[in-house]
Amino acid sequence: MSTKTQWMPVIGLEVHCELATNTKLFCSCANAFGAPPNTNICPVCLGLPGSLPVLNARAVEFSLRLAEALNFTVPDKSVFARKNYFYPDMPKDYQVTQFELPILQAGVIDVDGVTIGIERAHLEEDTGKSSHMGGGGRIHDAEYSLVDYNRAGVPLLEIVSRPDIRSAEQARGYVSELRAVLLAIGVSDVKMEEGSMRVDANISLRASEADEFGTKVEIKNMNSLRSLGRAIDHEIDRQAEALETGETIIQETRHWDENENRTSGMRSKEGSSDYRYFPEPDLVPVAPTAEQRAAVRDSLPELPARRRERLIEAWGITLPDARILVDVPGLADYAEAAVAALAGGAARDVVNLCTGDLLAYLNETGRTLAAIALDPAGLADLADLIGDGTLSRSLAQEVFAACVADGSSPRAVVAEKGLAQVSDTGELGTILDAVIAANADAVAQYHAGDDKERKKKRGFLMGEAMKASKGQGNPQLLNQLLDERLV
Amino acid sequence: MADENPTAITRAEVEHVAGLARLGLSADEVDRLTHELAGILIHARDMGELDLSGVEPTSHPLPLVNVVRPDEISPSLDRDEVLAAAPAVQDNQFRVPRILEAP
Repeated sequence: MSTKTQWMPVIGLEVHCELATNTKLFCSCANAFGAPPNTNICPVCLGLPGSLPVLNARAVEFSLRLAEALNFTVPDKSVFARKNYFYPDMPKDYQVTQFELPILQAGVIDVDGVTIGIERAHLEEDTGKSSHMGGGGRIHDAEYSLVDYNRAGVPLLEIVSRPDIRSAEQARGYVSELRAVLLAIGVSDVKMEEGSMRVDANISLRASEADEFGTKVEIKNMNSLRSLGRAIDHEIDRQAEALETGETIIQETRHWDENENRTSGMRSKEGSSDYRYFPEPDLVPVAPTAEQRAAVRDSLPELPARRRERLIEAWGITLPDARILVDVPGLADYAEAAVAALAGGAARDVVNLCTGDLLAYLNETGRTLAAIALDPAGLADLADLIGDGTLSRSLAQEVFAACVADGSSPRAVVAEKGLAQVSDTGELGTILDAVIAANADAVAQYHAGDDKERKKKRGFLMGEAMKASKGQGNPQLLNQLLDERLV
Repeated sequence: MADENPTAITRAEVEHVAGLARLGLSADEVDRLTHELAGILIHARDMGELDLSGVEPTSHPLPLVNVVRPDEISPSLDRDEVLAAAPAVQDNQFRVPRILEAP
């Protein structure tokens, strides 16, 4: 492709986030992921005649928490509306959402030093889940579909950014920061893979900042931050290529196919007027009070940006490490509890254990922090043992694996397996003398060799000594003692 | 436009809206509804000519706000009983005809 024009992408994101309430938005059925099909359904969420919705107070509270976190304006009044369309995953044949009067307006979020505007956030109910049967599970080729209404009526906040985003990387940064905020304020578990956070992207290109926006295309079905970035980059390339060849971009919705690494057009969308929005007559307006807003403000936890800054300053850690701590649910709390329990050890070692061994363990086992055997005090113990020289990093790894498997205390594991690092000069000296005696050739080559050869032989001897100490020799001490013997 | 009145509605628009609402209307019904809906739209236009700048739009007839319930779980319906009322069931789910026409 010969690019004559440097196209500038204009990107806006719509993030649908399932709220972590106990019950659905308008009825008292459980809001639970993974329940057996159609076990959390009632007359309201099935749209049976005569049933009436009643708003979940916590969904309002959660919206107000987001308002405080991202400086949204909270209008005096917001109103629910019916969005009318026929689709089997909506048993009522309309979705209750907010249209002209959303609960939140005009927020902002800082993404790596750039302020991204948020147009609005509104409450709405989620749809049921349909599985397409036959034809490889694709909706177009399916013979029929099966519908589970457990998710129908689950509360969603749809958060709509302004078209302020300029690259795939910035889009990822935006979603990542929004996710951290939603997690920190406790309103959602924001798992893209489980669909509790879903992102659609609107993308258009223009030749310069001064130009009007081009025709935008909406892309859907990205189920990870990685696929969001790839889908946006792909769509930017597709549009640029089309514009280069003089094609017109059609306003449409395209579906991201992760395996094929491309987007494809979906059925043409009904226009907004075709949804025939009108105020939901069964629900009255939401008018948050000053007391409600004050209560939320007082209970708001520390936000991710502030927390990262504080941890970087207090512990001298890097921004990427601080991000990991804050982004993994519960990890920063765990690390802070461990640091508070330290008896002489370093926060740095706690953070290394958390972002290294512990995170790898969580990823491998799929466990959450609440479900692991090693508590923060145990991890602090381990960091103390590193700090006082009892354990080298590689020994600490071994002890960690033992402790996290069955909850035994690090000190007990060290004693039981005899894993303590050997820092006894006499003992290490004896080991080195034996290694040198057994490898007289290598020692001779060391003395005769150039710098490169010397380095190689020295490394070999050090490895032999470490082996002879069963990995428990204190590396610094061994190094020092070896140097003395090679003079 | 089928009517010289600017707020009137065309037969095609009535048929489009009927299609969105999944209503099968006879030609006579389309005629009648085009006429009746035009009357409603003209009435709305008349109201639009009034100065209503100080009047808040009504979204609900009752002067109520913030009707909410606590976030507490109540038992759901018995699944078998619900599914017994469905036209078709498979694997404890509602079985529905294909959703989209083949492209």
